Amino acid sequence: MSKPLHKLADVLRRRFGSQIDACTEQDDELTVDVAPKNLIAVCTTLRDDPGFSYEQLIDLCGVDYLQFGLAEWREDTSDGAGFSRGVAPVSAGRLHFGDTAVTAESEQPRFAVVLHLLSYRHNRRLRLRCYADDPQMPVVPSVTGLWSSADWAEREAFDMYGILFDGHQDLRRLLTDYGFVGHPFRKDFPLVGNVEMRYDPEQERVIYEPVSIETRVLVPRVIRPVVETEIPPADVAEEA
Amino acid sequence: MPEIRNYTLNFGPQHPAAHGVLRLVLEMDGEVVERADPHIGLLHRGTEKLAENKPYNQSIGYMDRLDYVSMMCNEHAYVLAIEKLLGVEVPERAQYIRVMFDEITRILNHLLWIGAHGLDVGAMAMFLYAFREREDLMDVYEAVSGARLHATYYRPGGVARDLPDTMPQYEVTRWRSKSQATRLNENRQGSLLDFLEDFTQRFPGYVDEYETLLTDNRIWKQRLVDIGVVSPERALQMGFTGPMLRGSGIEWDLRKKQPYEVYNKLQFDIPVGTNGDSYDRYLVRMEEMRQSNTLIQQCIAWLRENPGPVLTEDHKVAPPRRAEMKEDMEALIHHFKLFTEGFCVPEGEVYCAVEHPKGEFGIYLISDGANKPYRVKIRAPGFAHMSGLDEMVRGHMLSDVVAIIGTQDIVFGEVDR
Repeated sequence: MSKPLHKLADVLRRRFGSQIDACTEQDDELTVDVAPKNLIAVCTTLRDDPGFSYEQLIDLCGVDYLQFGLAEWREDTSDGAGFSRGVAPVSAGRLHFGDTAVTAESEQPRFAVVLHLLSYRHNRRLRLRCYADDPQMPVVPSVTGLWSSADWAEREAFDMYGILFDGHQDLRRLLTDYGFVGHPFRKDFPLVGNVEMRYDPEQERVIYEPVSIETRVLVPRVIRPVVETEIPPADVAEEA
Repeated sequence: MPEIRNYTLNFGPQHPAAHGVLRLVLEMDGEVVERADPHIGLLHRGTEKLAENKPYNQSIGYMDRLDYVSMMCNEHAYVLAIEKLLGVEVPERAQYIRVMFDEITRILNHLLWIGAHGLDVGAMAMFLYAFREREDLMDVYEAVSGARLHATYYRPGGVARDLPDTMPQYEVTRWRSKSQATRLNENRQGSLLDFLEDFTQRFPGYVDEYETLLTDNRIWKQRLVDIGVVSPERALQMGFTGPMLRGSGIEWDLRKKQPYEVYNKLQFDIPVGTNGDSYDRYLVRMEEMRQSNTLIQQCIAWLRENPGPVLTEDHKVAPPRRAEMKEDMEALIHHFKLFTEGFCVPEGEVYCAVEHPKGEFGIYLISDGANKPYRVKIRAPGFAHMSGLDEMVRGHMLSDVVAIIGTQDIVFGEVDR
């Protein structure tokens, strides 16, 4: 871990104390977990304090942790027929309209908003993560008052994940069609979608119908533990 | 006295000056724009969700199709993110090749921008000149990857293959005589590097030609000077990056400030504007083309001297050579596993950004240890620029909206994703 990052993590912990929940370092990147109630206070300090001076919100996005750590292929156990075939309908790619998605058993809330900040003065980045408590109605305070670039980013997160931003002036859908139903990037939304659109020459208008295309996910989602597979040269020689 | 009313005007989505599929609802007071409400998403393909349902190595091609005029730069951010999570080392030659192609891509992008921007504002000839040069660079793309646009050339751990020793040749057809073909093939007799070197020697002269046409052109200046002025503070607030930020006078370039690959070993300058108007952004981009040209020359010089591997030898990530597979069982297994299942990436999250021709292009990856990413977020520079459009066009005339869309260098592939 690089030294300046370690120092920044210490400064953040001392400065914010109980306002931040966790501060993790990985691959030269710092992630700070903040509860929704503290988000605005923490962000304001991060922007205005000359020691942090995060002038720019590079990115804001939603994350759906519904199936975090779920795999479609169990390869640690097998029966007489061998291993499982890796087609358990888990991922969104195999879902159809009306299917219920399998949920990972986890303590952490389902939805989170992730903010990427950039300080031009110190040439530093910081990642903030804010978990929305209620999975039925995830609400996170809006940071549009601090950074204008949050406007469309929050609209996108609302559109894609259905995360509501308290205090956003104009929370409309951004990317999906007019009159779209659902939030397409949620893990329980089918990859092929629910409806398809075509022009109907008889009715002389564009109509929506249930999707006719088949789901086609060719590679199962599989989680394999990282193992060192290097065979020592001596063993190879013995086998030969 | 007649009643004066504001009215709304629908601009696009099928309008040549909308640079793709932008629907702009303009609230007008006479010919002055009071408010602009961009409706985007007409090209939304759900790239992020698609990438979440495919193994890591199968989504590289999707990245080309985001910003479809700077293809390899998109791939670059994506493979950098994967490499960072995996901890894979990239051979130095591959790093130079990537930097060279990033800069080729930057020139390609800026050439399309100057062509389209010129066309929007009324400089018809620019489009023809810019596409003449683009042709050469797309031939370079083709020589190295087989595709003129969507290359899918970068791989986690390097690039797909080394630079070729020959260039594709023009053939004699019913429409192209033998003498024409010979003339066109004159600079294609050597390797790709020879062809590219020839191009870099010609290119500064071409940029001079563009500048003769535009820089002091009275009409060009009337259309650009003081149009779409952005102060440095507002540029930061609105999330602007790249030439949009540098045009406002902030010296910021990820290639210098947070160097990736071998940019810290190369010499180049960052052009910066002063007024933050469209004209300054034009000057910044013109200078960037010249800087990219010198960067390509530096890379060519290095690549000539230093042959070597261009892809990592870690066969969990990169496929083994075909000849190896014919004899080695393990190589065969590696190949099979890689192309059926892909590779599993350790749990974690990473944000990798590159200085894309349009600004900061970043990939935010969350991995839960699977062979498919759990979450991919594409941070597209054009998205932030587009969201700042409303503020930039307020108080301007309708015809300036077109100039401002042009100066933002909007491509909808990346805005809508």
